[in-house]
Amino acid sequence: MNSAPALNPFAATELESQKGRRLVLTKWVMFGFCALLVVPLVLILVDIFVKASPLFSWDYIWQNPVNKGKAGGLWAPLVGTFYLVIGSLLFVAPVGILAAIYLNEYAKEGWLNRTISVAVTSLAGVPSIVHALFGLGAFVLGMLPAINRLIVDPNHPEKKWEAGLLTASLTIAVMNLPVIITSAREALGAVPLAFREACWNLGATRWQTIRTIVLPNSLSGILTGIILVVSRAAGETAPILFTGATYFKFIADSGWQKLFPYSIGEPFVAMSMHLHVICTQISKMPDVMKFGSAAALIVLILLINSFAIALRVWLRGRKRW
Amino acid sequence: MTPTTASKTSRGGRKFNLFDVTEKPTEWLIRLCGWSSIIGLAAIFLFIFREAAPMVPKLDWKTFFTSPRWIPNPAPGNEPSFGAFALIVGTFTTTFIGLIIAVPVGLGAAVCISEFAKGKVKETLKIVIELLAAIPSIVWGFIGLMVIGPIISHVFSAEPGSAWSKVMLTLHLASSESGASQGTNLLTGGIILALMSVPLIVSLSEDALRAVPDSFREAALALGANPWETVRRVLFPAARNGLLAACMLGLGRAIGETMAVLLATGHNNRIPQALTDPVRTMTATIAAEMGETVHGDAHYRVLFILGIVLFTITCSINLASDLIVKGVKKANQA
Repeated sequence: MNSAPALNPFAATELESQKGRRLVLTKWVMFGFCALLVVPLVLILVDIFVKASPLFSWDYIWQNPVNKGKAGGLWAPLVGTFYLVIGSLLFVAPVGILAAIYLNEYAKEGWLNRTISVAVTSLAGVPSIVHALFGLGAFVLGMLPAINRLIVDPNHPEKKWEAGLLTASLTIAVMNLPVIITSAREALGAVPLAFREACWNLGATRWQTIRTIVLPNSLSGILTGIILVVSRAAGETAPILFTGATYFKFIADSGWQKLFPYSIGEPFVAMSMHLHVICTQISKMPDVMKFGSAAALIVLILLINSFAIALRVWLRGRKRW
Repeated sequence: MTPTTASKTSRGGRKFNLFDVTEKPTEWLIRLCGWSSIIGLAAIFLFIFREAAPMVPKLDWKTFFTSPRWIPNPAPGNEPSFGAFALIVGTFTTTFIGLIIAVPVGLGAAVCISEFAKGKVKETLKIVIELLAAIPSIVWGFIGLMVIGPIISHVFSAEPGSAWSKVMLTLHLASSESGASQGTNLLTGGIILALMSVPLIVSLSEDALRAVPDSFREAALALGANPWETVRRVLFPAARNGLLAACMLGLGRAIGETMAVLLATGHNNRIPQALTDPVRTMTATIAAEMGETVHGDAHYRVLFILGIVLFTITCSINLASDLIVKGVKKANQA
């Protein structure tokens, strides 16, 4: 009776079972690669947060750094990051969205469209430090002297604009241009052509169609792209190194000045810059402050990104076409 | 229909709308913004070249590309020397080590996500990859400096004369008998670059794999291939160019990375002799030294020339990968 299984015509042959075993093995190897990504990431994050945990309190956010960041909180860098993000969005969001509209709604297939697409991918691949050099050459050394010639009263030369919020925002804006063009174009492309055709058939012009049909229907996708740009702007360090960020910026501890500490022509400090400075430039910096600053930046970025992810999931569920 | 007041009507009796009157200017504005990326790219090249130009004829280009002597601020009386060879070697060795780790892991994870994982696992993996991509480079540098660096210096340290020390010396894992001199070095930088470029490689490779028509998979399964054979014999060849382009964009990102390598590679201007020697990259040099230069002097302009070199390298990589992808589209249409 022992030979009965062998008679089963559906039993796996030696080759087949070997292949099956190998398939299971490869499957585990593939999931092993994924684990290789996920597990260290989780361990690293846990390590950072455990070492930063003594600092967790509202005071850590609300207070200004004391003694070159060796004590105190993160208020000045937080404010700087906030205004940097707002400033760069003001420049990049309109230009990027209009560029996406052009590429998706107006441009015809051809060499120009093709060149623009190549330029967008090339711009996305330009290293961040090259953007920093560009910001230094174009905005700090080119644009600022021109502005100062216009606005500065010769009797009060100390009021001239320095490399600061404006120049850094512009640099970050150029850097994020390809990101917002790509994501907005994707969002516009997701609106079915039939929507546009229906609108054209009612006699609407191209711009009317875009304004009343295409933009409202793709608003959520564009919004997701904007949030991603916010997260990138908040995390970048290299482009603001020489274009306006400074090592320390003292801002008032109370009153309105704590919320609106400086003009756009003044240097500022951002979260990413603060982390860079206390990690590399100050000797005898307590480790807990470094971990605290890193943990705060990670939390900020993850919050912004989870917001984008949640928005996208919610929208996918709501889509009606 | 009751006639509206004259001020509210335009020609043809339609309701006045500011947007309609401004249609033509708006279209021109849109067109201008459409060209913004070309303008931006041209402006980047123009302004960087403008700052570097006075130095271009004066620079000793042979020294620049072949000498490892980078001495921008020599002792009084000596000539500065701008030999960027060690910096270029530093950039490419760190990138190479990063890609050796990132390409297999990235392709494996992409195959896993697109072909093997299902449902909740797939969604979770995609979100984790996305979050991995979102972590800023300065945080990666911090992780290299404070988390991975200590582990590396612990692993690659040994008593002089012990077995592990001899193994490290013969395999070029460390250049001294007592192991790695510091935690931030070539290997740490490579690991950090790998972690940074993996998300890009994964998402682009996954796109490439997803672009392979399902009929290919069905045909392979109908012939009796199991999922792994389908991936290896059908999907990899079909998505070959897309996967190659993904790896090249990962390469471009790794070469251009600045803050992470500034913190994690040890910043030592030497040609590395072993895996755990500290190195220094072109990007980190610009970031670290630009603040110390005087506007307009030779050092300042040479840093801009380094920027042009970086810009040229990354742009050619991007163009090449773009051409590869374009080749795929043509092949699919034919």
